[in-house]
Parts: sequence; C-alpha cells; structure tokens
Amino acid sequence: MILLPVLPIIIPLAGAIICMFFRKNRRIQQTLAVLFSVGMLAAALSLLMHVRGGDIAVMNVGSWPAPFGITLVVDMFSAVMLTLGSLMAVVVSLYAGFDLARGHIRFGFYPLLLIMMMGVNGAFVAGDLFNLYVWFEVLLTASFILLALGGEAPQLEGSIKYVTLNLLSSALFLAGIGILYGMAGTLNMAQLAQTVQEGGHSGLVTMVAIMFLLGFGIKAGLFPLYFWLPASYPPPPLAVTALFSGLLTKVGAYSLIRVFTLIFSTDPDFLHSLILIGAGLTMISGVLAASSHYEIRKILAVHIVSQIGYVMMGLGLFSHLSLTGSIFYLAHIIVVKTNLFLLAGAVHRLKGTYDLHKLGGLYKERPGLSILFLISAMSLAGLPPLSGFFAKFTLIMAGVQQEAWLMVVVALAVSLLTLFSMTKIWAYAFWKPAPTPLPDLQPIRPVAWIAFLLPMAGLTALSLGMGIFAGPVFRYAQAAAGQLMNPAGYIQAVLGGG
Amino acid sequence: MTSLILRTATRYMFPPLLVFSIYLLLRGHHLPGGGFVGGLTAGSAFALYALSFSVAAARKLLRIDPFDMIATGLFIALISGLPPLLSGEAFLTGIWWEIPIRPSVTVSLGTPIIFDIGVYLVVLGVLLSLVFLLAEEE
Repeated sequence: MILLPVLPIIIPLAGAIICMFFRKNRRIQQTLAVLFSVGMLAAALSLLMHVRGGDIAVMNVGSWPAPFGITLVVDMFSAVMLTLGSLMAVVVSLYAGFDLARGHIRFGFYPLLLIMMMGVNGAFVAGDLFNLYVWFEVLLTASFILLALGGEAPQLEGSIKYVTLNLLSSALFLAGIGILYGMAGTLNMAQLAQTVQEGGHSGLVTMVAIMFLLGFGIKAGLFPLYFWLPASYPPPPLAVTALFSGLLTKVGAYSLIRVFTLIFSTDPDFLHSLILIGAGLTMISGVLAASSHYEIRKILAVHIVSQIGYVMMGLGLFSHLSLTGSIFYLAHIIVVKTNLFLLAGAVHRLKGTYDLHKLGGLYKERPGLSILFLISAMSLAGLPPLSGFFAKFTLIMAGVQQEAWLMVVVALAVSLLTLFSMTKIWAYAFWKPAPTPLPDLQPIRPVAWIAFLLPMAGLTALSLGMGIFAGPVFRYAQAAAGQLMNPAGYIQAVLGGG
Repeated sequence: MTSLILRTATRYMFPPLLVFSIYLLLRGHHLPGGGFVGGLTAGSAFALYALSFSVAAARKLLRIDPFDMIATGLFIALISGLPPLLSGEAFLTGIWWEIPIRPSVTVSLGTPIIFDIGVYLVVLGVLLSLVFLLAEEE
C-alpha cells in the first residue's frame, strides 16, 4: 500500500532504464516495453480496486508531510485514467512492433514511450500544482522527440508548431502557478482548494483560473487554441499518433477537470459558462474541419478536437450527472480513438495510403478489419448500443436537466456530423469499389495478420463491452464524479483531520 | 587543432578536475555542491580531453558508453528510493546508516548520497553524449 500510488511512475521508469541498456536489440526492447506496460496496467488496476470503495489513496513522497512535500493522490478519477492510459500503452507497444521502421526504434522509441507514460501517469497522480507542471514537462519533452522521430519535413513542421504552442501554454501555466503561490502561499491542491474556498470569490482567483484555462486549453486542444493539433498529429509514425490521440490531449482535459472542480469551483457562473461556450465552439469547429478532409488520418486527428468539446461540455455544465458523462466520455474516447487510429494504420500497412480517393473495396478484401473499423466508427458517432451512445446520452441528459438547450442541440448536431464523417471513411475506403485496383504492398500471412489485428480486436471488444455493460461503467464514472463534486473528501484525505 | 600547450595542460588538469568533481559530489550533503555540479565538473574534464586530443581518445578513456552511464545513473537513483520501503516508509524517504570505521569514528551514510551518485552519472552521461556527438559531427 505504501508503494502503490508511486508504482505507475516507477514501473515505466524502470522499463525505460532497462530498455536503454538493450538499445541495440529491438526485439528485447519490444518485449520489455510490453511487459512493463502490462505491469503498469496491473498496478493501475490494483489502485482501482483499492479506491473502488470510495477511499482516496494518498502518499507523501520522502515522508515529507502533506502541504510541504510532494503528495501523490489517487482518487477514483485518477485511477480510471491510469488504467486506461496503461491499457493504451500495452496496445500501442504491441502494435509498434509491426508499424515502426528500424530507425525509429534505434532512436529510442520504446524508452521514450515509457518515459512519456511516466509523465502521463505522474500527471494523473500529482496532488500538487508544481508537481503537475513537472510531469507535464516530462511528458512533453518525451513527446517532442517522439513527434520528430524519423525527421521527415511535415513532421518537423508539425513539431515546431507543437513545441512552440506547448511552451507558450507551459509558460501560462507556470505564471498562473506563480500568482497562485503568491496569493495562497501553497501549491498543494487540497490546501489551495481550502484557501480559495475560504477566501471566497475574488477577481485575482478568476484571473488565475483563466490562465489555467488557457494553459491547459492549449494542451487539450480547446477552441480556439487547437491549431497545433491538425498540423502535428497526422505526420509521425502511426503508433505515435495513436498514443498521442489517446493520451496527450486527455491529460490536458484531465487537468482542466481536476483544477476546475477542486480549486476554481467558486465562480461557476462565469468560469464554467466560459468553458461551456468554449466546449460548444470546440465541438462545432472540430467536426466541420474534419468533414473537409479526405485523408483518414487527418479526419481522425481533427475529430479529436470535437471530442474534447464533449468532455468539456460536461465540465461546463458542472453537475454530478454531467461530470459522470465527461468521465464516461473520456474513457470511451481514449479506447475508441486509439483503436480507430490503429485501424487506419492497418489500412496503411495494407495499401500504403490514407487517401480516401485512392482507397476502396476493403470490405471485400478484409472483412475482419472492416468490421472492427465499423464498430469503432459507429461507437465514435454514438450509435446504440455502443459505448459512445451511453456517454453522449449521459451528457445530453445532463444538458436537458439544466435546460442548456442550445448546448444540447449543438451536441446532437455535432454527433450527426460525426456520423457523416465516419460514414464517409466507411463508404470511401471500405464500401465503394477501388477507383483503380490497389494491390497489397506485400503479402501478409493470415496468421501474422490475425496476430497484428489482435490488439485492435481487443480494443473493439472493450468498446463493445463498455456499451453492453454500460451500467457498471456508469457507476464507476458516477462514483468518480461524486468525488469530484465533493472536494471535501479529497481535502480531508490529503490534509488529514486536523 | 591540437596544440602542445593545451595537451600538456590537459594532462595536468585532468586528474585534479576529476578529484574535485568527487569532492563536490560528497560535499553536496550539507554544503553547496552535489551530484549535478559534480557531474558537470567531471564532464568538463572529459570534454577538455576530447578537445585537446580527440573524441575517440576521450571515449576510450571513459571506457563506458555515455548512454549506458545515463541508464546506470537513472537506475542507481531509482534504487535509492527503495530502502525505506523495507522499514515501511514512503518511497524516497532518507534512510541513514552509521558505519563504524574505527572505534571512535563513525561515518553516516544515507540514501541521499546514493541518489546523488545517480544524478552525477546521469549528468556526466548526458553531457558527454552531447559533447561527443557534436564534436564527431565535423
């Protein structure tokens, strides 16, 4: 128990170190990456079991007591995010063995992947704002290199935009931290929550909140700060894109939800309405931009933006039900989006292109792949009985409950447009006959093909399962949202009774 | 660009620099110093050697690949967090051992110094891998 909250940080670090020793041998590196990701998943699951009853696991690193030292805090929300993040690491490290060129591995894909996971997990367990900032830097530094890995021209262009905007966002975040520290004299999130609540509503708090909103908004891909995303996500190797889409913007979304439920919850009329407006515009602009593209990877990447809008809609509405919807949606989107990217990678592996105009007739050639894609795409669009339906349904119910009619209409319309985009990929790549017959790049043995598809099949099954067993998933999300809506429990767990 | 003056000076400078880096590392316990600055000093000694002789010679002198050094350093730093777990305390808690050298003299050694040694190796490894790669580019 003493070790448990820190395990999601230690395990990937240990994995990265051992991978560095074996940096010349790609097979050992891949095995190690998969093993350590599985270990990370096991640690995350045991944390989930631990906090299931409503406990909050707290650990003070180095035994320095809570408001002074570095505190790691795992509540239900953190545990859910840790579990999903680790699961994505497992799937992507399995997939990367097929997808990556030798050069990428030689330049340290696997150690970087694990270091990035360390940063992601660290951000999920951080109980201190400065610590959160440090973990953000860890994951960003690793992601900068992963983005530029391979060094092709469009990749470098995307990386420069990504690096610049992220540095700007980190600067805003850090400035916000500085002002907050000057104001409250602490950066421990629990103590900050206490201080801000006691201090009541003040203009300075709102200003700092806006700085955090901008800082995390850039990282999450919120309107109008998402320009970096369409430029930087599609070009790198697909395993990288899939992992980023599953995790990076979600860490931003996680931090927004954490900070705006725990600390900046004193002025919801202004702040959360602002988030709600941002969420609506994010959804609309993302989905409209996506419908103008004709490349699978780009469509999916731009769609990330609109999905972040849904997550933020739940935060903006700021009720128990809407946060439940946000968390459910986050879980759904991490699984489905990563899976869609991986499936797009499978198409690319077969045909060597992502262009919808060139592709065609895949359903006839590869029915298995097509069905996996269809299920995930329909889940993203929100068709019942798949996971996306229940997530969206919860959010829309929350909107109806609070009579945010405009938001409900926007969410429904965007959902319809998502369906349009997904149907477009389906119709062009899988359904219509190929304009000119496109032979497979190289023949793949059926056994190897099935082994290759296994991770994707697993994720598809998970997405189906989240739809069929929506009840239990919903209860987990509800418990997590309950903890978020009631910060007293969090403060109590970190700072103790007195 | 190897000059006789630089080479001769380096021969004299190299050992004291390394000794000084160890001194800084150990001193960092209670006084200014520590693994980071110690690693930098050791790194500058090797960088000086690479400049005045050649990168290949410096690599040979180092014997270990800088990347392995980074990994070893990280590993040592990670390990230094583990001993407190045995006595049921949180990860990275400082644990101290009293080691008797002579009847009247004991040295107190703790996990922070192990962590610092890890930092020393990481800094040295990072610095040298950068310097060597840049110098070899020509």
